[in-house]
Amino acid sequence: MMIQFHSLAQFLAMGKYGAYVWPSYGLTLLVVGLNITWARGLLRQAQLEARRRLAMQAQRA
Amino acid sequence: MTWTWFHRLGSPPYVYRLAGRLTPWFGWSAGVLILAGLVGGLVLAPPDYQQGDGFRIIYVHAPTAWLSLMIYTWMGVAAAVGLIWRIKVSHAVAAACAPVGASFTAVALATGSLFGKPMWGTWWVWTPRLTSELLLLFLYMGYMGLRASFDDTQRADRASAVLAVVGIVNVPIVHYSVVWWNDLHQASSLSLAGKDTIATSMLVPLLVSLLGFTLYFGAIVLVRLRGEILRRERATDWIREALA
Repeated sequence: MMIQFHSLAQFLAMGKYGAYVWPSYGLTLLVVGLNITWARGLLRQAQLEARRRLAMQAQRA
Repeated sequence: MTWTWFHRLGSPPYVYRLAGRLTPWFGWSAGVLILAGLVGGLVLAPPDYQQGDGFRIIYVHAPTAWLSLMIYTWMGVAAAVGLIWRIKVSHAVAAACAPVGASFTAVALATGSLFGKPMWGTWWVWTPRLTSELLLLFLYMGYMGLRASFDDTQRADRASAVLAVVGIVNVPIVHYSVVWWNDLHQASSLSLAGKDTIATSMLVPLLVSLLGFTLYFGAIVLVRLRGEILRRERATDWIREALA
């Protein structure tokens, strides 16, 4: 295995397939990132709600 | 052999802590492998003799398509275990899988479209592989829609689990569609039994990428699972301890 491209322009062009290759990679990495943000957000929200619940129960007791 | 480890996997506090401990291991190894796989696929693998540099789409298309099927299988099996043995954690796993699986099924379809246009001359054809993969997306969405239609988590678990289990029949159909029917989609390049029909220099980045995406799914589902468990648990003692 070795580097297959001689210039950045050649790399970006991807033969004549740049218009298909780059959106594929972009979309995939976008969804990879979104899933991380999304999962973390849900966990944080669940932790906040659980804390609130605990506080309310402590108050009542 | 003792079965205590299996019983512990049904215990929400244990699974909550275990998931928290495992997440960074899955996450970081996934990050390294995905990066290595994509660099290998984009830069190091030689161009295909027919598809040129366009074939590099395979390094994101195959892993996302693999995730779409693997995640559904996890979801269906977890749902079945939840139904049969009434294990809450198992239903939580299934619920955590669905949105991740749906998003990667959509990506597999989209990258497949971007692959199909230059290679086949069309964005979409109604062949068995493409149609059954689209059905997979609808199954995920149906599962999530069904869950959302119940206020009661337990009823949502049971009803959606039935759908998830029934939908498992679609998984082998997607996988074998290119074998059973004469599909426009190419046959698999990887095989567990026979020999791979792909050059080693192209294969290595693909395997690295597949492993990376698989571990990535592990990390995501572990984080989501902790959220699911917290929302379901009403017992407070261990939650107070876990959140301290």
